[in-house]
Amino acid sequence: MAEASGTVALPGMDVRRLERNLYEVYIGPAHPGSGHMRIVVRVEGDVMVEVDPDIGFVHRTMEKLSEGRDWMKNIPLLERMAILDACNVTLPYVEAVEKLLDVDPPERAKYLRTLLCEINRVASHLYGFGIFGVFLGHSTLYMWAFGDREIFVELADRLTGARLTHSYPMFGGVRRDMPDDFGQNVRRAAAYMRRRLDEYADIFLRNPNIRSRLAGVGVISGARAVEMGLSGPNVRASGVRYDARLAEPYEAYDRVDFEVPVYEEGDSLARAWQRVDEIRQSLSIMEQAVDWLERHPREGFIHEKFWKTAPPIYKQVYAGAVPYAGKYRVKMIPLYASLRVPAGRSFARVESGRGEIIYYVESDGKDTPYRVRVVSGSFRNVIAFKYAMPGHRLADLPAIYGSFDYFPPEWDR
Amino acid sequence: MTSAVSLVDRVKGILGPGEGARVEQQKGYLEVTVDAGSLRDAAARLKAAGFDHVKSVTAVDYPAKNQIKVIYHASSMLDEELSKYVVGLATLVDRDDPVVPSLVGVWLSAEFQEREVYEHFGVRFDGHPDLRPLLLTPGLAAQRPLRKDFKVVEEDDYLKSTFEEYTSTRRWV
Repeated sequence: MAEASGTVALPGMDVRRLERNLYEVYIGPAHPGSGHMRIVVRVEGDVMVEVDPDIGFVHRTMEKLSEGRDWMKNIPLLERMAILDACNVTLPYVEAVEKLLDVDPPERAKYLRTLLCEINRVASHLYGFGIFGVFLGHSTLYMWAFGDREIFVELADRLTGARLTHSYPMFGGVRRDMPDDFGQNVRRAAAYMRRRLDEYADIFLRNPNIRSRLAGVGVISGARAVEMGLSGPNVRASGVRYDARLAEPYEAYDRVDFEVPVYEEGDSLARAWQRVDEIRQSLSIMEQAVDWLERHPREGFIHEKFWKTAPPIYKQVYAGAVPYAGKYRVKMIPLYASLRVPAGRSFARVESGRGEIIYYVESDGKDTPYRVRVVSGSFRNVIAFKYAMPGHRLADLPAIYGSFDYFPPEWDR
Repeated sequence: MTSAVSLVDRVKGILGPGEGARVEQQKGYLEVTVDAGSLRDAAARLKAAGFDHVKSVTAVDYPAKNQIKVIYHASSMLDEELSKYVVGLATLVDRDDPVVPSLVGVWLSAEFQEREVYEHFGVRFDGHPDLRPLLLTPGLAAQRPLRKDFKVVEEDDYLKSTFEEYTSTRRWV
């Protein structure tokens, strides 16, 4: 394989011989499917002995940029980390700032946030499934998952007005209320997706080809997962019952009924099943949220502190006096533009599609944050590349990599 | 909030009397400030009490006081009671020569995040097994971008400089 010079070029890889039978393989940062990440693997024969994830190719220093922007303008900035999971990604920032402002959003806003979080979670898991399918050469799953994800992206569009970067949660509330026919659409989407999940299982998870590549591969024990500090579905697939929605219930999660699925095996197959079960729970939470929203009057989705400064057009639209506001130039609620947050430090966590996302926000009383720290689920999971992969064959790398539901823009931030 | 008060007492009990630790309830977490010298011991005590992983390792730059604060936000996944709380173990170090004992030996989950603090703030973690930049290139890491004296230069809508002048800053090397 190796030439006399010690270097050979394979499609998408660069291989260098270190000594007899020990090679260094460079995967990425631009290989098909991976996203922008490089993995430096040392293989003995074809067994990985050392794996070094080299990340940061899409690092945008969001923590630095957010120090120079108004509190409000950081919401659209930070959701660029994971646009397909935008509500979950910005929600802890909003919650942390609300803690500093000492503002508790109205009940209706909490249910609306919960609803969008779960829509995003389903969309995020389906996206992960699609990429996982590509990794394993299963292009049917890719087509199916991306096609079905479109339903949830469309739901988010009808709720918020944008497919992906919706900037929906704001300090003290949400940007707008749901449309009249939204409940009906959510129920139809949930019924369709439940049926599809059974078909996914038949074509993918119970497929002998796929099972033989996933079962028993990339096994992480519960104790090891906790030691590495993994988060989200990856830690729950190793038998650890930890979910930020249970540990510190935020928004309406203490009032909706759901279970946290847990798998004991800790292998790639368990991580895939984990996501299927989580989608089922998310669909149930979505239905409960729209039930609640339909039963309760459409009022108060922004805290009174902000709503009372809103221009009259806002109130006219929600009172039904203006049927279509599109022809008017509607300005932002002015208090958001001039917002100063009292000095203090706060911490908030949310369970996003790929794991727990936390924010540490420090304010010195000015109109921009003093420090914003964000750790996403993917960033905490990337350490598993280093510790879970050695000992497996190089051919198992895509199976393990895909099963973690990686997302480079989210971990690079 | 009775639970928060009892957590303060509980954490004080875990840390023991000799540490000189300052425990304050912040919004959403409990901040424990110790000297850099007793950081590793305090972390080991928290780990033994059930705080089994760190969620975040980060630093905050205070140029006016010439200090950098390093914070480890630790919590639990295995203990259902402790998982409700987050403890921020913090220490203040000199800004000119920031050195903190590495806690990778206590919490493996801090490994990559300590590398991130190292490249963004220039804080050296004593005893870290593999201390090198993680997200940034070495040239950019040398400028310690998350310190307050690093100013983000935003580009104008129209390119003002020549290509040679623009590339001569070589921020990304």
